[in-house]
Amino acid sequence: MNTDIQILDMPLDINACINWVMAPECGGIDVFIGTVRNHTKGKSVLRLEFEAYERMALKEMDKIAKEMLQCWPLHKIAMHHRVGILGVGEVPVVIAVSAAHRDAAFDACRYAIDTLKETVPIWKKEIFEDGEVWVAAHP
Amino acid sequence: MKVLAFGIVKEIFSGSSIDLEFDNELTVADVKRKLETQYPKLKALASYAVAVNDEYAENDLVIKDNDEVAIIPPVSGG
Repeated sequence: MNTDIQILDMPLDINACINWVMAPECGGIDVFIGTVRNHTKGKSVLRLEFEAYERMALKEMDKIAKEMLQCWPLHKIAMHHRVGILGVGEVPVVIAVSAAHRDAAFDACRYAIDTLKETVPIWKKEIFEDGEVWVAAHP
Repeated sequence: MKVLAFGIVKEIFSGSSIDLEFDNELTVADVKRKLETQYPKLKALASYAVAVNDEYAENDLVIKDNDEVAIIPPVSGG
């Protein structure tokens, strides 16, 4: 098995993702770590609430990983997404990709986070001091 | 027929699922039409998709009894 895909309701273990993809035959590991930003459009964000349609989200994440393995010569992929309530600076997503050569790892990792944001059924609500909003819900 | 809701759609439905009357030959487009009549706020969303059995479904897909149907508002993971 060369993919590790999980949705978790506890803090993500960045080092575990990196260690899992690391291998002697790899020349590099590319890691994307998403973090909760403290502002959106000039407003202070207090926290984010993430929710997933878990079974479908895992399926869509698995599709992304399969596409990555088809398009680039990769060794391993770890893709972990967190759900629940996250404070500023906490980590909702970690994607680690290992490959023999760095170009494949960089390109595949970028593809993974870009596609995850477009297709995987996970939603976040931003909580401000004076209200809350489901991100991207309205035009 | 149970229709699952996520994200902002839970607020529009006032719950995590609703019951919709099932009849034969019901397509994804029919479900959207029925829901939009019952819940006009769906039309104000940037977009939304329907998933049938954990897969994004096209408008012409015919829904079978016991299929799991879910409304997928614009996703915002990551």
